Amino acid sequence: MTLTSYGPTAAKVAAEPPSAPPGAYLKHIFALAKRSLIKTIRTPEALIDVTLQPLIFLALFTYVFGGAIAGGSQHEYLQLLLPALLGQTIAMAGVALGQNLNADIEKGVFDRFRSLPIGRSVPLVGAVAADIVRYLILMVVTLGVGALMGFRIETNFISAVAGVALAIAFALCFCWISVWVGMKARTPGAVQGIMFMLVLPLSFGSNTFVDPSTMPGWLRGFVNVNPISQLGSAERGLLVGGPVATPLMWTLIWMAGLLVVFVPLALRAYKRRV
Amino acid sequence: MTHNSDFAIVAEGLRKRFGDTQALDGVDLAVRPGTVLGVLGPNGAGKTTTIRILATLLQADSGHATVGGFDVAANPADVRRTIGLTGQYASVDEDLTGTQNLVLIGQLLNLSTRDARARAAELLAWFDLSDAAGRVAKHYSGGMRRRLDLAASLVGRPSVIFLDEPTTGLDPAKREDMWGVVRSLVGDGSTVLLTTQYLDEADALADEISVIDSGRVIAHDTPDGLKRVIGGHRIRIRTNDAADVQRAVGVLTAVGTSAPEVSARNTITVPVADESVLTPTVERLAAEGIGVSELSLHLPSLDEVFMTLTGHTTEELPGSTSKGVAA
Repeated sequence: MTLTSYGPTAAKVAAEPPSAPPGAYLKHIFALAKRSLIKTIRTPEALIDVTLQPLIFLALFTYVFGGAIAGGSQHEYLQLLLPALLGQTIAMAGVALGQNLNADIEKGVFDRFRSLPIGRSVPLVGAVAADIVRYLILMVVTLGVGALMGFRIETNFISAVAGVALAIAFALCFCWISVWVGMKARTPGAVQGIMFMLVLPLSFGSNTFVDPSTMPGWLRGFVNVNPISQLGSAERGLLVGGPVATPLMWTLIWMAGLLVVFVPLALRAYKRRV
Repeated sequence: MTHNSDFAIVAEGLRKRFGDTQALDGVDLAVRPGTVLGVLGPNGAGKTTTIRILATLLQADSGHATVGGFDVAANPADVRRTIGLTGQYASVDEDLTGTQNLVLIGQLLNLSTRDARARAAELLAWFDLSDAAGRVAKHYSGGMRRRLDLAASLVGRPSVIFLDEPTTGLDPAKREDMWGVVRSLVGDGSTVLLTTQYLDEADALADEISVIDSGRVIAHDTPDGLKRVIGGHRIRIRTNDAADVQRAVGVLTAVGTSAPEVSARNTITVPVADESVLTPTVERLAAEGIGVSELSLHLPSLDEVFMTLTGHTTEELPGSTSKGVAA
């Protein structure tokens, strides 16, 4: 090491530390989102849940169960399945976020962030913002492969873009559950376990894969209030036609509710995590 | 205590409890600007908990602390603008390169991207990491990680620097390097609080030493003052032959300041006035024809310090290995 008397801290001690300039909060979020993306690029296997996983669901349900469920036409089933599957898989894609944050805290990286003069919520919001890229990848892969399998958008381009945007916006609200669990659970594995306990019933207790009219009454009640069902219906309306307004309204209400409940919970858990 | 503005770091009566463990039981510290305080203590004594409270990562149950004149509980944001923190376990991002790690910190400290890059390059060069700047930190050695971690804590040119066991796990040469870094930081006017388990490290770096035990400061003094209490250097020899032990004790009695202690395996230890006694000791042993397999001059170990100050060694401390609560 070059150890001269001139160190890297020279000529500063008396200076008053500067306050954060305007716009700093957004810049900090951007810097931390970039960090998350670099990590994602360095570990491409971390993208399995937004690439292979939705495709497995798509292929499994279209080709294995589709014929039985839809009573014949796999194409018809694909038209029905894929829009709702976008909503279901994107909710599941948020699980990894909580796992990653949990691992970050265990490794001590967050201690560094917490000792810096940045907004308390910045590390969490930055990580959530970076997830937009993962969700976009999921959209492109699922819609792209879906198109190869014969899926066709029956509405129009703007409506389809709105459908993609709605799914991503929903995921950005839903993932705060994962962030909260990530702050509370002891290990990344536990985060995954807890989140799957939540996401799997929401996924299959929905109108995504099977027509709810075949289900018992008590389950239909659950399916109807399930946010994944509401999102799925809205996506169907936006991508292949049908009613949009009511499921969209309920989806937006769910999104607001998720934010109001889980953002404060996650921030509080983050603050208290030692 | 003296007015807070006379000190860069002040802690008064800090208490913190984790479940059944009273990690801090009224810690008082004071560090003058531009000086080094060494906080000496075994694992579990409360060193890391103290640093985490002073660095605003943890809130004390009671007590009061200021850093750079700012109250850690009331003005944590101002404290964070003042400090640099290097943890016991290097908290660098393993998936980022050395440069990316430091540029990220620079951006979070509101440097422009260009300034952040320049600062990163400057620090990497200073810590001898320029060649590894583009490599992912995962592939760094332990010493390199430690240096990158310290570099990350210096990006914002902090005036108060917390170093939590900065040399634990480093080999002796890397340890000397780290000492050089600490000295030059202080030379630039920074205030440093460093924790350590080694009296020789505290002696080499610190202007004052606080000895901490079970969450309390049990002694506070200058290194010289502390050594007056616990004894300064010691000479330890081990004879080749058990039959020589008695004659060796005679030699050491002559050079020592108090009676030599004989312990297992022909080892004899005696406190001495200063380093200059070493040569006459060697000469007398040679003159007596006593063969030794080991001869060393050293400062008391942490165990010996604790034996003198508290009457028990660090291993006997209740709760010193208690679950999960860091030192």
